[in-house]
Formats: sequence, structure tokens, C-alpha cells
Amino acid sequence: MSSLEISNLRKSYGSVEVLKDINLSAESGEFVALVGPSGCGKSTLLSIIAGLESITSGEVRIEDKLVNDEAPKDRDIAMVFQSYALYPTMTVRENMTFGMECRNVPKTEQAEAIDRVAELLQIGHLLDRKPGQLSGGQRQRVAMGRALVRDPKLFLFDEPLSNLDAKLRIEMRTEIKKLHKNVGKTMVYVTHDQIEAMTLATRIAVMHKGVLQQYDTPNAIYETPANLFVAGFMGSPNMNFLSGRVVSTGGKASVRLDGTGITLPLDGVRCGAPADGQEVILGVRPEHFSPAHEQRAERKGKVSVKVPVAIDMEEPTGAETILMTRIGGHEAIIVCEPDEAPRPGETMEFAIDMAKVSLFDPKSEARL
Amino acid sequence: MADALHQAFDPLATGSRRRQLGARTIVYAILVVFSLVYLSPILIILMNTFRPLDEIVRDGFISFPKSVSLEYWIEAWGSFCIGGTCEGVSRYFTNTILMTVPATVLSTAFGLVNGYILSKWRFRGDGWIFGLITLGVFLPAQMTLLPWAFVLGKLGLSNTIAGLVLVHTVQGISFTTLFCRNYFVSVPDDLIKAARIDGAGFWRIFRRIMLPLSPPILIVCVIWQFTGIWNEFLFGTVFTSGGNQPITAAIVAFSGSGTGERHYNVEAASVIFAALPPLFIYLIGGKYFVRGLTSGAVK
Repeated sequence: MSSLEISNLRKSYGSVEVLKDINLSAESGEFVALVGPSGCGKSTLLSIIAGLESITSGEVRIEDKLVNDEAPKDRDIAMVFQSYALYPTMTVRENMTFGMECRNVPKTEQAEAIDRVAELLQIGHLLDRKPGQLSGGQRQRVAMGRALVRDPKLFLFDEPLSNLDAKLRIEMRTEIKKLHKNVGKTMVYVTHDQIEAMTLATRIAVMHKGVLQQYDTPNAIYETPANLFVAGFMGSPNMNFLSGRVVSTGGKASVRLDGTGITLPLDGVRCGAPADGQEVILGVRPEHFSPAHEQRAERKGKVSVKVPVAIDMEEPTGAETILMTRIGGHEAIIVCEPDEAPRPGETMEFAIDMAKVSLFDPKSEARL
Repeated sequence: MADALHQAFDPLATGSRRRQLGARTIVYAILVVFSLVYLSPILIILMNTFRPLDEIVRDGFISFPKSVSLEYWIEAWGSFCIGGTCEGVSRYFTNTILMTVPATVLSTAFGLVNGYILSKWRFRGDGWIFGLITLGVFLPAQMTLLPWAFVLGKLGLSNTIAGLVLVHTVQGISFTTLFCRNYFVSVPDDLIKAARIDGAGFWRIFRRIMLPLSPPILIVCVIWQFTGIWNEFLFGTVFTSGGNQPITAAIVAFSGSGTGERHYNVEAASVIFAALPPLFIYLIGGKYFVRGLTSGAVK
């Protein structure tokens, strides 16, 4: 049974269309991440699911029930806001019981729910404090507690971690993942942070300019991005885009990088059969370069192509070293192990793992 | 903790000893002069309430009391003759309370609800409605006299305290709506969204979330309305007469119809009675008043 089903959804403010024909569904117990740059419409989509924004056309169903015109309170959802939106004049306990109070849940049941959630989130000692007396991480927990006490059909998260500092954000990310595992409810999670989306979601919806670009598992999105936008947005450092032209010799297709003599045979590349002379963009992730002598791809029975790489600059992060390089005239970012990293100014042969390469059409920007 | 972090900025904290001293002297001298200017009328009136009439006539109006008596206060309150009746200002004082308290409560309550709607339940044309309501702030009271006379006449509320309550409530809503709306705009919309998802409706959100956040602006509205309505004179004189007048309108009788000898001391005491309640309200709430008016101005 699908827990959330959005079909042909459109939303306009006056003449500005902010959501264009969105189709998205989530199975029961799924964790869906809506990800995209700011202004892509992901928060609007969440508000529409919550019932805080109206729909221009299309349908939203929660557990097979059409909720287009239902008020937020009748949709049986809970939401965690970026600002936490804790009621400042109420104690933590009152914040958490407010929703049950509005629904006339008996007091004893309220108390049981509070006990259950307070233990789950370890906020028992905070129950009688006001939100103003809590730290950022504690507020975040309380905001989640407020969502959890009601046991709703659907959880909505609107960038819940973006107000936390970097360390706490990673901690809370793990907590949310644990939480999802424990309660097993359907969750929709808005974020602009692609790492949050990758780590948390069972499926990721990448949005850009009001259009759903790709909706798939984190692995599929990372390995086979549907277009240049998804390829560039997901992954850090960014995927390298090398422009070139297809040349066919003896029935074998390869790509010659523009302005260079470098040709890369397309053996082992997951793509259709590009026509001779077609312009293409070759997408290679920074970690799919490896020092040529290692023969990393070959050891796994895969194919690699060697290219000469000139190192301009290096950024050591400790765990890995990021190299700013040039391949022919094309700028490329390469990630390698610190002890294998060549010095800036050197030229070294790197192998590209061709099984991991993506090909895009520069005009339509779609994957080939 | 917060106080320690928010030290008042002291522009004279650095510089030579002489410069500091000189600058401070000038600042305090100016402040003292202005305080005297503002305080002297109250002081002179207050001193005259204690002085016998012959002493005032002999030594003039501006002079320190040689003897002190409270009998003029008692006379002013209970038995002094104003406008034909000899019940002192107590009757008019009661009139003013009966007018000010309901009008303050009503206008503040309406202002809170208006502000809540205009800031948190936006609708098409809400900006226009807000603009029209607050137009009342800039409308001179004289312009509204004729329309009000017409309305009060039609409603049968001419020369009644209820009529004045109506006038002051409606006139006051302009101010209270302006104050409350501007205050509530700074309350995050997410709170309202969260409450709506929690299942709260219009009034529950107002009662449980907005009202508990309102004390600063509530105090501003109450002080503004209470002192404004208490001290208001024009509507009182125009729409009421005789025993139905508020105290501000009644004590004007002192300056008009000369019925022989002037009782400066009793009149002074009456004026003090008329001035005490707003003064009292300001003394207990003034701190919050200034804080409420500037809240949101500086984050």
C-alpha cells in the first residue's frame, strides 16, 4: 500500500509556476528525501503535503485517501520545522501534549505517550522546561518528540538539521535514521544537503526549478544520474564534466575530448549507442580516477582508460586528498589517497573507471 | 546574564578626565532644567491643594504653603459645587471610570483579535483593510464629531456614558489594531503552522499561543487607551452634559461660568483627582510601555 501518492501536481502563484507536474509516491515505511537547491520548490511541496498550501491542480493522497481539500489537522500528519516552532510560552510537556489536547485525547493516554516518547528521545529531564531554556540540540529533540507523541500516518521534516552546528548535525542525522528504523513510519524529509539525503533516504527525489528531476534510490541516483543537474548536484566534490565528441573506428565508439588528442574508448560504459560525431559530456566522479599503476578497475575485471593529468593544486582533508587538475585543457577534480597524491606541478597518469562513467547530451542535458 | 552581555553603550567611556566631567555636567544640567519645566505645573497645583484660600489670595498662586490642610481634598471629592450639583468630583470621577474601563477593555480586545487576523490569517485585500482601520489614527477627532452625533442620536445613546464607551472603543480600535498587528507580525508563522497541524483552530491558537505572547503589547494598548480615554475632553463635552459628564469635561466648568468667588485650592485638588489615575497607570506600567513600543525595533 502506498502511504503517500502525489499525481500530476501543479502549483502556481499568479503566473509563476513553482511546481510543474510532480508525480511521486512513497510506500509505507519509506524515507523519502526531497532535495534540491533553494527555490526548487521542495519546501512548497512539503507544505502542500501538510495542507498548509493549496493545490493548483493534481492530487495528493495519504493512505489512499484524497486529501486535496482536507485541513492540516484532518490529514493525520506531524511536522518538524526548520525553526522547530516550539510554542515559547509552554513547557516541553505542554508543547508535546498540545496536539493531543486539541484532539481530546484522555489525560492518562497523554501521559503514557509522553513517557514513551521521552524515553525514546531521552528528554525526560527536560519536560518541565521552557523552549528558551534548551540548547539547539535539545530543542531539535523536543520538536521531534512533539511529532512522535501523536503516532501519525506521515512524518514531515522541513530541513530539521540546518540550524545545528556541523558536529551536532551529524549526530542528529544518525538519531533520525535510528528513529525511522524504530518507528517504521513513512517520512518525507526536505533538505538542501545532498549528504543528508544520501545517508537517510530509502528514495531521493531531486528537484530543480519546480520539476522533479529524478526519483530513485540513493545508489541509483549517485551511480546513474538522469541528467546533468542531478549529476552535478549529488556528490561532493562535484562530478567532473568533460566535453567531447564521439568517434567511431572499426565499429568501436570512443570519445575524443575537445581540444586534445585524448580519446577514451567507450568499452564498458553503461550507455546506448551514440552516433558518430555526436557531441557528448563525459561525467566522471572525482573518486573514479585512480593512479594508473594500481590497475584498480582491472583487478575487479573492469575496464579503465589512462589519461595524463597535470596537478595544479592539492587540498588535503586528512582522510583523502583533493587534487585540482587539468586533463588536456579540461579542469578536473580528483580524489585520491593522501600517500598516493602527486605533488602540484607534476603530471601523472590516472585511470578512469569506465564502468562508473556517465554520458550526457549537452543540448538536452539528459543521460545518454 | 543577559544584562551583563547588553551593557549600555557609553559614548563618554574614553577620553580625558576633564572632557568626561565637562560633558557629564552639561548633560545633567540640561536634563535638570527640562525636568523642572515639566514638573513645576504639577508641583504648583499640588501645593495649592493644601493652602487656605486667603493665603493664596494674599501670597499669590506660586508660593510655598505656610499651613497644610487636607480639607480641600475632602471638599473637592464630596461636596464642592460643580455645574449645578454639589457632590464634588466623585460623581464625575465615577463617570470617567465607567467610561474608561469598558472602553479600554473592549478596544484592546478588538485590537488583539484584529491584529491576530491581519498578521496571521492573511486574506485577499487584508492590506487595504489594515490601511483603512489605521486611517483612524490620523483622522482628527473634530472631523468625527458630526458623524458620531448622528450615530449616537440614532442609537438613543446621546448624553449617556454607554455612548461615550462606544465612541472611544471604535476610535481606539485604530490604535490597538495598529499596535497589535505590528507586534504579532514578528511572531513566527511556523508557530501557527505547527499549531494547525497539531489540530488547533482559530480561537485555540489565539488563546493558547498568541495571547500568552501578548503581555508586552497588551500593556502598551492598556496604557495608551486608558490614559487617552481618561484625558479625552472633546467627546465628553460635546456628547454629554450635566451629571453624565466625564471628569475632564466637568472641571472645565471652573474656568467658565463665574459664580462669584473662585476656590483655587479646591479646584486644584479636583484637578489632581482627575490626573491621578493616568499618572498611576503610567508609574506602574511605564517601564513596560517603553519596552513594548520598541520591541521588535531592535533585535
